Amino acid sequence: MFAVPTLFAVSIIAFIIIQLPPGDYLTTLMADWASQGGAVEAGTVAAMRERYGLDQPMYFQYYKWMAGILMHGDFGISFELGKPVTELIWSRLGFSLLLSLLTLCFVWAIAIPIGILSAVRQYSISDYTATFLAFFFLAVPDFLLALSAMYTMSAWFGQSVGGLFSAQYIDADWSFGKLLDFAQHVWLPVVVIGLGSLAALVRIMRANLLDELSKPYVTTARAKGMSELELLIRYPVRLALNPLISTLGWILPAVISGEIIVSVVMSLPTTGPLLLRALLAQDMYLAGSLILLISVLTIIGTLVSDLLLALTDPRIRFQ
Amino acid sequence: MMRMEDDVILKVEDLATSFPTRTGLFNAVDGVSFALKRGKTLCVVGESGSGKSVTARSILQIVDKPGRIDGGSILLARPDGSITDLASLDPRGRDIRTVRGKEIAMIFQEPMSSLSPVHRIGTQIGETLRIHFGIRGQAQRERVLELLRQVEIPRPETAIDRYTFEFSGGMRQRVMIAMALACNPQVLIADEPTTALDVTTQAEILSLIKKLQTAHGMAVLFITHDMGVVAEIADDVLVMYRGKVMEQGPVEQIFHAPANAYTRGLIGSVVKLETKAEVRLKRAPIPEDAPPLLDVKNLSLTFPSGLKAVNDVSLFVRPGETLGIVGESGSGKTTMGRCLLRIYDPEVGTMVFRRPDGHSVDIRTADRGDLKDIRREVRMIFQDPVNSLSPRKTVGQIIAEPLKLAGMKGREREDRVAELMQQVGLEPAWRERYPHAFSGGQRQRIGIARAIAVKPRLIVADEATSALDVSLRSQMLDLMMKLQDELGLSYIFISHDMSVIRYMCDRVAVMYRGRIVEVGDTDQVVHNPTHDYTRALLSAIPHPDPRDRRIHKRFRYDAAAPVALTHPLPETLDLS
Repeated sequence: MFAVPTLFAVSIIAFIIIQLPPGDYLTTLMADWASQGGAVEAGTVAAMRERYGLDQPMYFQYYKWMAGILMHGDFGISFELGKPVTELIWSRLGFSLLLSLLTLCFVWAIAIPIGILSAVRQYSISDYTATFLAFFFLAVPDFLLALSAMYTMSAWFGQSVGGLFSAQYIDADWSFGKLLDFAQHVWLPVVVIGLGSLAALVRIMRANLLDELSKPYVTTARAKGMSELELLIRYPVRLALNPLISTLGWILPAVISGEIIVSVVMSLPTTGPLLLRALLAQDMYLAGSLILLISVLTIIGTLVSDLLLALTDPRIRFQ
Repeated sequence: MMRMEDDVILKVEDLATSFPTRTGLFNAVDGVSFALKRGKTLCVVGESGSGKSVTARSILQIVDKPGRIDGGSILLARPDGSITDLASLDPRGRDIRTVRGKEIAMIFQEPMSSLSPVHRIGTQIGETLRIHFGIRGQAQRERVLELLRQVEIPRPETAIDRYTFEFSGGMRQRVMIAMALACNPQVLIADEPTTALDVTTQAEILSLIKKLQTAHGMAVLFITHDMGVVAEIADDVLVMYRGKVMEQGPVEQIFHAPANAYTRGLIGSVVKLETKAEVRLKRAPIPEDAPPLLDVKNLSLTFPSGLKAVNDVSLFVRPGETLGIVGESGSGKTTMGRCLLRIYDPEVGTMVFRRPDGHSVDIRTADRGDLKDIRREVRMIFQDPVNSLSPRKTVGQIIAEPLKLAGMKGREREDRVAELMQQVGLEPAWRERYPHAFSGGQRQRIGIARAIAVKPRLIVADEATSALDVSLRSQMLDLMMKLQDELGLSYIFISHDMSVIRYMCDRVAVMYRGRIVEVGDTDQVVHNPTHDYTRALLSAIPHPDPRDRRIHKRFRYDAAAPVALTHPLPETLDLS
């Protein structure tokens, strides 16, 4: 229920952030032209400023922008590329979302079993190994990981890296071949983006499970005659997953921001590189829309994790 | 081939269970032997740390890590005549698993945490049937419903799909019992099953276990620290102390002709609490016309949930007097006690406190400055001696804390701390130690020393002895009475334990659902209760004399019978 005002606040903040740097798109443009030796007449600038509505006060610009989004789904026009923002964003946003979801699935699928193993065999070799690797990947910055992964893959295995598709498929329609090609490309960024969050989740799962393992209801279940494996999955793991679900709320933003950096390095056709370029050029509607949409995704993620938690934990459902 | 006498289902011989620690092996159970007979109840009693619970868990091989069975045998006789030594089985193997839950079932102390909060109770009970007999689906549901009816859970058809937190403590324990009975076990091990329950609920559960035992012909191994419960239900008793058996025999012999010194001491400390303390019998009565130190009138507090935790409560305390407040969990006694120090802000009523200079202040409306002074004169002692002391401070610092706040400094403060420690029976030389180095009883003494540090006039003791073993309990009460006489203190003594109230209180107020239903001189309330609730409460208290078993004949208070299902509210609100 708090999602709506939160979204509203986020849109304002997104707008303020892109207005914060001194100057606007036109000053950047002027600087560009000037550096190329072109003379600019003051009248031209004023005319353009009026055309883009940049001479109006900030709240009015915000109002116009929001009204466009809410009434017509119109996110404004990218100054730099001269195209509507909507057109530029949608395909990239789709890939961003897909990449994030794949990463989440990857992270969960790997983190949970390792976390369980780590907790059940506490202080064993496997626990220490998992712990060491977890901290190692937590510490290595995303971009470094991306670079070294790319280097390794292309130098030693000769695989084409970067992008989500091979050259011949980029503009092709979806087909089985394209899907296969996508799968061949996508796993590397998924692994690279995921490893950082993976490490955190392994630690959380381990800690949760260790707490649960010593709870009296585990003894009760054991006293029923349940086998150790069934017991483990059915009770402590089941309960340890609940706090993990609520981590979805912050894993999602972490994945998305990690995705931005990694995408730039690996030149993926997602929103990341676009956002960076838009920010550098002070292309305010494009940047603003991207920040807004990414924030919206995050808020939706949090909402989804809350709903999931209510679904899995009756104690929350009944409150 | 091993042979066992008739009737004996389980025979434990020379059982030893130990826990490896950094300093070597800790022998939690050390050479314990006993036999369980069909249809009989064996009570294992002992104070905390005596190894009684580990003994029970050893039988099913569910001792917590890193404990393990070192020696001895646990022979289980089956109806077909075969005998298995449970101690020799692999704790993770299939053989022991077929015994667990099917032939020997167990119920635990804390029914809330011993049941999973995220699984429906029907699932949790039904699981046992699935594991041992492969009963699933509708057949399983039918059987679970039947079990719920057996343990007298109201409306089983809806209860089966509910979660544990929707039940009250007593109902949860019934669920545990239903779960244990699912496979008709020959042996039921009950590990302090009523310790976390109110006396009236305890009485219900004890009768239920007795009834089911008779119906199923089970042998019951009942672990408890409460000698009253032992006297009410046991056929035989095993007294444990530090992992060893001190004495065992028929209940009659244990209570009336104990041979062992430890048993005598244990029975003695229980019986001592059955009467009023000698120091109180000898003391001249408090003059009736003495002006009250604290006069509470029409106090009410409603929680945001709408629950009237304190409802129109009026009471008074005279100087030098002990007022007991007795009630079950959820009765509002703790909340009321906290109102007296304005930890909660009651909306209605007056709490007039007489200052030493003679003029009176209403605590409810007192301003910051007055409140600060009042809190120096009215102190509190808490139930949990572990969590109410900061683990990062030395005992000296803990006791000095209120003195520091009162502005006492340097040498003077040090001397006062030493004096206080002596007063409560602690060595002043221990002042540099941390709380964890002390036993439960000693920690509660630290709490008392902290409370009396700034020479208060009234102490609100909230279940101050509930977490202590019975032998320590009377010592603590004696200490409190000694301090009362030395320092002229008044106490408001909040407790659910009638024996503690009877031992030291001059007057007692009985609380029920936020109201005071009866108030009067302790003797009069205990021997001639006027309110039905008080009668029910008194008759549910186990009496530590096996010749006078009476909770089966107890008086039940049904006037406003609590809705058994879906009223977890009062319990969750009891902050004690």
